Amino acid sequence: MTTSSPIEQAGGATATYVDKRLGSNKFLSRNLAKVFPDHWSFMLGEIALYSFIVVLLTGVFLTLFFKPSMLEVVYDGSYVPLQGVKMSEAYASSLDISFDVRGGLLLRQMHHWGALIFVAAMAVHMFRVFFTGAFRKPREFNWLIGVGLTVLALGAGFSGYSLPDDLLSGTGLQIARGIMQATPVIGTWMAFLLFGGEFPGTSFIPMLYSVHILLIPGLILALVTVHLMLVWVQKHTQFPGPGRTNDNVVGYPLMPVYMAKAGGFFFVVFGIIALIGGLVTINPIWVFGPFTPDQVSAGSQPDWYIGFLDGALRIMPNWETVIFGWTISWNIMIPAMIMPGILFTAIALYPFIESWVTGDKREHNLLDRPRNAPTRTGIGVMSIVFYCLLWVGGANDIIAVAFDLSINAITWFLRVAIFVLPPIAFVVTKRACLGLQRRDREKLLHGFESGRVLRLPHGEFIEVHQPLSPKDLAVITSKTDIVPLPAPERTDADGVRNKLYRIQALRHRLSTFFYGDNVPKPSAAEIEAGQHHAAHDAAIEAPLHDYEDADQIHTFHGGVLHHPGMEETNAQQIADRSHD
Amino acid sequence: MTDLSPHQPPAPPGSIPHADVEHRLRVTDTDPKTAKRAERQVASMFLLSVLFTILFVVSYIGIDKTATIYIPVMGEVGALQIALGFTLGAAIFLIGAGAIQWAKKLMPDVEVVQQRHDQVSPEADTLDAAGQYERGKEESGFARYRMIRRTLIAAMALFPIPLVIMLRDLWVPTPDEVGKSPADILSTTLWHDGLRIVSDGTYRPVRPEDLPVGGLISGVPADLLEVEEIQGNLNARGKAAIILIRMDPADIRSQQGDGWDYQGILAFSKICTHVGCPIALYEQRTHHLLCPCHQSTFDLADSGEVVFGPAARRMPQLPIGVDEEGFIVARSDFAEPIGPSFWERG
Repeated sequence: MTTSSPIEQAGGATATYVDKRLGSNKFLSRNLAKVFPDHWSFMLGEIALYSFIVVLLTGVFLTLFFKPSMLEVVYDGSYVPLQGVKMSEAYASSLDISFDVRGGLLLRQMHHWGALIFVAAMAVHMFRVFFTGAFRKPREFNWLIGVGLTVLALGAGFSGYSLPDDLLSGTGLQIARGIMQATPVIGTWMAFLLFGGEFPGTSFIPMLYSVHILLIPGLILALVTVHLMLVWVQKHTQFPGPGRTNDNVVGYPLMPVYMAKAGGFFFVVFGIIALIGGLVTINPIWVFGPFTPDQVSAGSQPDWYIGFLDGALRIMPNWETVIFGWTISWNIMIPAMIMPGILFTAIALYPFIESWVTGDKREHNLLDRPRNAPTRTGIGVMSIVFYCLLWVGGANDIIAVAFDLSINAITWFLRVAIFVLPPIAFVVTKRACLGLQRRDREKLLHGFESGRVLRLPHGEFIEVHQPLSPKDLAVITSKTDIVPLPAPERTDADGVRNKLYRIQALRHRLSTFFYGDNVPKPSAAEIEAGQHHAAHDAAIEAPLHDYEDADQIHTFHGGVLHHPGMEETNAQQIADRSHD
Repeated sequence: MTDLSPHQPPAPPGSIPHADVEHRLRVTDTDPKTAKRAERQVASMFLLSVLFTILFVVSYIGIDKTATIYIPVMGEVGALQIALGFTLGAAIFLIGAGAIQWAKKLMPDVEVVQQRHDQVSPEADTLDAAGQYERGKEESGFARYRMIRRTLIAAMALFPIPLVIMLRDLWVPTPDEVGKSPADILSTTLWHDGLRIVSDGTYRPVRPEDLPVGGLISGVPADLLEVEEIQGNLNARGKAAIILIRMDPADIRSQQGDGWDYQGILAFSKICTHVGCPIALYEQRTHHLLCPCHQSTFDLADSGEVVFGPAARRMPQLPIGVDEEGFIVARSDFAEPIGPSFWERG
């Protein structure tokens, strides 16, 4: 045993005391050395987690100063332009936080920036998980929790955005109420109950406040805890590489490296949010003025993550039907309820759909390279294009002004593009992935093209192919070939009708769509032969490096093989190369 | 941990097997001077963090909250805000940067390996769990006592009903609202025959000659302020807000009712029929009214019909005239509900 300081001895004694009551040393023994794999993209989820913690911390401070009340007061704080103006207590206290509480504006802006970063980091984290196939068995539940967290984060963001009761956020609530009223059958009742009567009423902000500071953060905290526990129990996925298999995890131990890196990264994220919150203005509520339901400013924009819903509302044609005296507002229901409902349901169910289509029931701890799942990657890019088009729609007025375009033209373009561009994005992405697969196959069969051309003694020109490094080789060969499910038979050998024929035929077609175009990986023998051949190429070139002016030869991307102890005859070399 | 074969000595406590991966030594592994420098770097970052925390406290106490400072690019900004943001951000960031530098330069960078195991439980555990379940089911008699089972299900299905019913009083109708459905309330506004239209902001009644051709005035009912005072909210305003515009009577192609204008002055609701944003972007040349939220466009010279955008309903028109003193008044309430559509609207 190494010598311990008095503090460590006290720590050890405490650990023993706790262990005798909780058995905690078993946990420490298993987990202090827990291995976490390293990759830059694994930090995206960390950013989401850490920005959430920052938002919680700053949020606690804000609750100490904010008054969630719609009672009318006359502002008498230190922001001169609004002195003497009637406003709600919520707005007045938001102004006080911004101008009269020292550091209040910093905390408010950190809270807002932190929230924007939280949602953005979640979105990008979700992209990473999707494109690398990290949602596959055994991690489907964690994907579902992640989708739930995303929806909650949107709710957290919108409810917080609406609290200061400034003109901009109030208009957001007015729109939300309009959408609520469009719900069939129960719309008006729902709106009257939630707003305590007509809009704006006096009860919605206090209600929204408890949703924003208690209900949603509580749910997020609970789900985040489960999310992390599952990551812990199931162990993190890893990218393919030398020594990494589906059955191990290669990386750094929790203590000390991962603790220092991940813990340090928390402070980095926290510090950067503090810097942005201190130096970059966001949501200057004092410019917008207090809320009143009959005023609005042009160019009003929601926070970025609501933009896609706003865009959907904007580009939707004005369809409405009246049946037996009941109004169905398709122009609101489709963009604001049905579309997001389908979108999030599809995202949530994707792991189960893919596993059903492909028949893949294995555990996957080694991540896919996006190119090796071209259909999945295509679906992902297609969805991102769809989302981005809606987002552009949300800014159509800004774009119209900035680029001097007709807003009607932009809207019509988007109405068409939303159906045309995503499928094109799918096809382009899938083809690009297959192209990359073909290049990988080439690399395995012939080594990688070094770009250096040699002239052999007998006059033939060759391009030197080099064998792949162990890392590249491990990464490229990590591809697993999956054969599409076979076409089912209508009747079996005894002539009994196959009752599942239709569903099996559908699965066959879908799985062919998923995997049918994949470029097969060469066999192990072919790979070895290919790499051996490339090594041979490189060996031919090797003597050149002895030349004094070898650098110059390389600069010209070519050279003449010529060395004194010529070991091979031309005939031999030609024979060697004719293997191809 | 890896499975150890009986021939190998057991691993000493606190060790992890290294991964079978090529490892390159860093400069800090081989050169003590570089290692020493890295140590100093980490310590300096932590020390700077201490300094910035002290600076934060000094700024908090020393800088007046109204003081401003000119910073290039950012312009004239609050000095306290900038000082607090920068010192807090730097103090926190440097802790993180120091820790990461420490990990990258001085802690071992040899990759280690652990084995994974499939998540599935051992067969014996699954069998035992199934057996325990069967035992529990048998002992409780849940399968046997059909009446108990069904009544329990009925009780469980019904007990949340009170929780839902109690949401009803989230909306307590005001004396005016008693006996009316939400749809009724949404369908009426303050406007009635003879009620003067006052200019929003000044609350002065409007004469026809106050409004030139091509002009626009935001209007509210004359009694709005009293109603707001009594109700303590802005509800009435959200429904009654209108715009008054004046166009050449020859430009008016149609109206929602015969003679609802007064000498080319028209009154329309200000609340968009899409999702309820207030509208005031009026283009006098085309007589188009554009909603800034979702760009629904209404042609006020043609009964307020929708000419573009997601709104499905025309903008409701308020019939107006003048009273004996020559001020513009409403001649009735709106003929149709203003604002966004709803299920019962028809």
